[in-house]
Amino acid sequence: MTELKTEMTSCNCGEIQEEELYERLKIIVKSQRTIPGALIPVLQTTQNLFGYLPEKALRIISKELKKPYSEVAGVVGFYSYFSTTPKGKYTVRVCLGTACYVRGGQDVLKALQKELNIGIGGTTPDKKFSLEVGRCFGACGLAPVVMVGDQTFQRVKPTGVGEILNSFE
Amino acid sequence: MTTVYINKQAVEISEGSTIFDAAAKAGIRIPTLCHVENQFPKGACRVCMVDVEGARNMVASCTTPALEGMKITTNSKNVREARKFVVELLISEHCGECKTCVRNEDCELQQLATEMGIMEIAFPGETLKTFIDDSTPALVRDSGKCIKCRRCMTVCNEIQGVGSLFAQGRGFESKIGPAFDRHLDGVVCVQCGQCAAICPVGAITEKEHIDYVWEAIEDPTKFVVVQTAPAIRAALGECFGYEPGTRVTGKMVSALRLLGFDRVFDTNFTADLTIMEEGTELLTRLKKALVDKKQVALPQFTSCSPGWIKYAEYFYPEILDNISSCKSPQQMFGAVAKTYYAKKAGVDPKDIIVVSVMPCTAKKFECQRPEMNDSGFQDVDYVLTTRELARMIKQSGIEFRNLEDGVMDSPMGSGSGAADIFANTGGVMEAALRTAYQIVTGRELPVANLHLQPVAGLEGVKKASLKIEGCLPAWSFLEGVELKVGVAHGLGNAKKIIEAMRAGEEFHFIEIMTCPGGCIGGGGQPRFTTNEIRNKRIGAIYAEDEGKQLRKSHENPEVLQIYEEFLKQPLSHLSHELLHTKYFDRN
Repeated sequence: MTELKTEMTSCNCGEIQEEELYERLKIIVKSQRTIPGALIPVLQTTQNLFGYLPEKALRIISKELKKPYSEVAGVVGFYSYFSTTPKGKYTVRVCLGTACYVRGGQDVLKALQKELNIGIGGTTPDKKFSLEVGRCFGACGLAPVVMVGDQTFQRVKPTGVGEILNSFE
Repeated sequence: MTTVYINKQAVEISEGSTIFDAAAKAGIRIPTLCHVENQFPKGACRVCMVDVEGARNMVASCTTPALEGMKITTNSKNVREARKFVVELLISEHCGECKTCVRNEDCELQQLATEMGIMEIAFPGETLKTFIDDSTPALVRDSGKCIKCRRCMTVCNEIQGVGSLFAQGRGFESKIGPAFDRHLDGVVCVQCGQCAAICPVGAITEKEHIDYVWEAIEDPTKFVVVQTAPAIRAALGECFGYEPGTRVTGKMVSALRLLGFDRVFDTNFTADLTIMEEGTELLTRLKKALVDKKQVALPQFTSCSPGWIKYAEYFYPEILDNISSCKSPQQMFGAVAKTYYAKKAGVDPKDIIVVSVMPCTAKKFECQRPEMNDSGFQDVDYVLTTRELARMIKQSGIEFRNLEDGVMDSPMGSGSGAADIFANTGGVMEAALRTAYQIVTGRELPVANLHLQPVAGLEGVKKASLKIEGCLPAWSFLEGVELKVGVAHGLGNAKKIIEAMRAGEEFHFIEIMTCPGGCIGGGGQPRFTTNEIRNKRIGAIYAEDEGKQLRKSHENPEVLQIYEEFLKQPLSHLSHELLHTKYFDRN
């Protein structure tokens, strides 16, 4: 373990990894260049690759797909799914659709904000959790619903949020 | 053909027409804040509601196809109330104080509100936040006033192919603007101002230079000269109630003199000078290619339109060598005003202020380009749009309609008819060929009335070819050459012609104008410019040309004089220094 750590520090592994990601992005975008309607799938792939949509990546996408940067930005800004800020390891989404809202989603959200000590759209300093609001996950019978990563939690009570968060490493 | 019934009146329309088109054909105006000709209907503003018998809800007439037998009501209590409701909602968000807005009395929202009898704010509440973006030299955006009609976005993306503006965000927070609500200088923008010309409200306007110009005029130490582009004289009258297409050259000159300019000159003078330089440059390039067999950048592109130059610097840096190195007539004027004229008039160039009146917003950007100071000073100090000049005339209390016709000052006030037609798409090409053909053959351009008909008019991309025969001995290498020329206006069309060239189509000379119709349709012209108005202004410009004895640039006596006294000959060392420039890759 110790050896591995030393190796990682000396080779600046983080930076190289990012450069590699950009190389991969370029290959992906080039392969999509002639496909009509490629912008949204490319943005999804990019977000999966980086965990968010860095400006540099968006500039590359704009250039390679020959779409004005303002248009790319407009699409990114339209869909709440896309994020231009780095996200934590787990994204916590609190549903505030009608059913969840009336069954106390708002209180669950407040409890999560307090527990994580971040606002909506924020990320914890240890980059473990990001907090977001969702609009109906299609599980209204289980309201209020919270998603952490791809796991769903049903009938969440404000007092129960600590326990949910603790179950994530 | 399809038949629909509008307010019980049968209307025959071609298949694929919308209800909006059908109503227009029946002579019924349906109010709208987003729909304009030359753009696909957007259905953004929802003002153009009509009732269709059997439909569940009212429909937006601009996006609804007119189908056989449809029974449409455009005027009923229901329809009027629905439209009024929509306008009331738009006003409830609109952060605009009419009395302090530059578009007061020139605003489509205000006009509609008056027409509909909206006398109070029906839904007081949160309005949009004022966000002023004055980051660029030519344009100012105020998103608080934006009604999100998307006209600007459509003109920027689809007609100009630039894409500075797009819808950002969603819902109440959404804005039409550059990426991530940033400033305009953070994205690609060519400053053409077509957005400002098409905006129904005061959300995008030109950056005003009026106060600077008043200040200069009132400063007794300054010698203030003004130049006016040819497109102004065919459009300024519209701001004073004249029919579009009315020429007001003489009244404009008198007004400028009354405003207090020390000298009233003509950009036409340097348009003629441009032809001398650019025509010679083209012939030199052809000679290099045909006689010396050297590698030379052909076709040559025109360089008068600063929006086009900035566009090429962003999108086609690899063809910058093809663009004529000639400065635009505006910039040539500034450079010779502060050298040649300063010396002639005995005025210290540091005290000369050069003001331009242009149909263009990009000229405000162009005059501030750092390389445009070859006279030793900023060559052109301030640029007024046609609209701004009209405002200055109104501010000064001048009764424009009662003015006598004035005449431009000399020696930079004479312009040929060839210079006048710079204002029209195809005009620079025609002007250049009038001179180049005569230089090469000693004979007049062999076309009816000197007009090169195939490159005139509003078609987006135009082409012509001209066989050169009977050359003078010095130009015998051009004997029998089929000169191929192309003309495009609107940057979307510029792209088309460049792509055609890349695909192998042969051209020798290509004229590009940034704005649809050329300068007569510029971003600084009186609102609202339709194709009908473009055609009328084009007609006025041709009439101005045809009314002159002097119709060729190389016969302009003042141009001959400046060569004799100062520049010596086209492409001379001094010409290169003052009249030519370089372009930069902006990537």
